[in-house]
Amino acid sequence: MKLLVPVKRVIDYNVKPRVKSDGSGVDLSNVKMSMNPFDEIAVEEAIRLKEQGVASEIVVVSIGVAKAQETLRTALAMGADRAILIETDAEVEPLGVAKLLAKVTAEEQPGLVILGKQAIDDDSNQTGQMLAALLGWAQGTFASKVEVEGDSVAVTREVDGGLETVKLRLPAIVTTDLRLNEPRYASLPNIMKAKSKPLANRKPEEFGVDISPRLETVSVSEPAKRSAGIKVGSVDELVAKLKELGVAA
Amino acid sequence: MKALVWVEHEGGALKDATLSAVSAAAQLGEVHLLVAGQDVGGVAEAAAQIAGVAKVHVADDAAYAHALAENVAPLVVGLMAHHEAFLTPATTTGKNIAPRVAALLDVMQISDILSVEGPDSFTRPIYAGNAIATIRSKDAKKVITVRGTAFAKAERTGGGASIEPVAATAGTGLSSFVGAEIAASERPELTSAKIIVSGGRALKDSETFEQLIFPLADKLGAAVGASRAAVDAGYVPNDYQVGQTGKIVAPEVYVAVGISGAIQHLAGMKDSKTIIAINKDEDAPIFQVADIGLVADLYTAVPELTGKL
Ligand SMILES: Cc1cc2nc3c(=O)[nH]c(=O)nc-3n(C[C@H](O)[C@H](O)[C@H](O)COP(=O)(O)OP(=O)(O)OC[C@H]3O[C@@H](n4cnc5c(N)ncnc54)[C@H](O)[C@@H]3O)c2cc1C
Ligand SMILES: Nc1ncnc2c1ncn2[C@@H]1O[C@H](COP(=O)(O)O)[C@@H](O)[C@H]1O
Repeated sequence: MKLLVPVKRVIDYNVKPRVKSDGSGVDLSNVKMSMNPFDEIAVEEAIRLKEQGVASEIVVVSIGVAKAQETLRTALAMGADRAILIETDAEVEPLGVAKLLAKVTAEEQPGLVILGKQAIDDDSNQTGQMLAALLGWAQGTFASKVEVEGDSVAVTREVDGGLETVKLRLPAIVTTDLRLNEPRYASLPNIMKAKSKPLANRKPEEFGVDISPRLETVSVSEPAKRSAGIKVGSVDELVAKLKELGVAA
Repeated sequence: MKALVWVEHEGGALKDATLSAVSAAAQLGEVHLLVAGQDVGGVAEAAAQIAGVAKVHVADDAAYAHALAENVAPLVVGLMAHHEAFLTPATTTGKNIAPRVAALLDVMQISDILSVEGPDSFTRPIYAGNAIATIRSKDAKKVITVRGTAFAKAERTGGGASIEPVAATAGTGLSSFVGAEIAASERPELTSAKIIVSGGRALKDSETFEQLIFPLADKLGAAVGASRAAVDAGYVPNDYQVGQTGKIVAPEVYVAVGISGAIQHLAGMKDSKTIIAINKDEDAPIFQVADIGLVADLYTAVPELTGKL
């Protein structure tokens, strides 16, 4: 079975995003960019499925600027086999991404597409579910465990009340949650090897889908700032404060 | 405009998250509700009582028993022939279903809205809440998830909506429910609690977390939350996680114990009314948002605090 893993290049999770003073967006110039952390988890899961003998090939795909190649190379260094960059300078919304991914899926015929549950820049949490809808496939979102059994996959999902397990007919969509695994680091030899792995460069126009944006960003502003309050010197003072707040008798 | 709201329910009880979504929908137009599930007559009755609701659509069928998105989405799409907006609370159930509906309708979903600015415009947090975007949707129909903490809850009583059964669409057979581990707790639910005590990595292990955080929470009548680090390390289950990719909370009082205050954690709790932090590092970022800070070793401060309450 082939696995398809979409990976997005996003602001590094350690960087504190700054809103541009003209309110047009978030300042990404000279900011460290990395693979979306949930996508690292997706790549890791794919590699483990290959190591278990469940999967035969891992194809990673990214939609974004030319530099998203770096993100794809990282995935290849971790252990993916082949990469596809759908290069565009335009910002593509989850619906557009899902449409492009549906076309890639039709070309590649994977048994499982593993995505992150959420990109940490737009915080949309949509693409996997949308792709499942467009393909008419089952979806196992927010996965903390993935077990392929014959022609189905059992997915344990992190839900608000705890955990839930669903069984999906293959081919299917899985989106990753934080506890699914701990992604490996690419070793230096593997980083070198990744440089010669195949990376195809494609353009959105080749896929014949409408990816024009449906949402217009009118403005981007900073959230209301919280200012630091006071420090108390002892537990007794804290107790007094809690009484003032009416939460302690 | 008619707005259809997904009713979140569990064990025959209508969940609070629904009430915030109803308030958001009321700003768009006439509010209709969808109750889907198995043996949900009671939930439909309760839903019809919610103030400001005009109609309750009920789809009672085994296919909807576990809110499987594969089965529910076609049902919603059918109803969307007569509604201009579909809203769900931004719960794991809502986040699972809404994008599937949106894609089937060829609509770009608006996730996690904080406010309704007009029939087509909304605000929503991006970059872990470090920026707030005002966006305008060009789609004819809107699919929206609603951040519960950003909208007042509609009243559970005072309404008198009509109840209308909807014919079930057949189950797709794409997925099936196997089982769930849903933790029952005597404590208040995290997302609706007035007071929350959360613990972080500094709690060391599940026994220590239990011995220090739970008694303090019980003294305060509080719900218990945690940082990602505490969940990853197995001190508490995943449903305790507060943050950008966990639960969003905004209680009257949030007590962060041994939590550093990473942006991903702050994203989930910085709209709390009063934030109290206990941390031994006076430079911990949590103190930049805390109203009341205590620089202390939690291993002495927390037992002392619990004892004095
Ligand atoms: C994609 C992604 C998503 C994430 N989502 C979330 C999320 O939803 N929620 C979340 O919380 N995090 C999330 N994180 C993780 C986040 O970046 C931090 O790693 C995490 O919040 C740290 O948890 P912590 O504060 O418990 O641990 P640490 O950062 O290790 O902080 C421990 C704190 O305890 C203090 N301490 C230690 N010993 C004592 C003592 N004896 N007494 C008092 N204080 C003490 C230390 O001074 C320190 O400040 C996410 C990360 C990523 C990459
Ligand atoms: N531009 C993109 N290129 C590749 N994958 C993407 C892209 N955008 C989103 N994804 C995938 O969809 C997941 C969810 O993203 P989102 O719906 O934007 O929160 C991500 O974790 C990725 O796996």
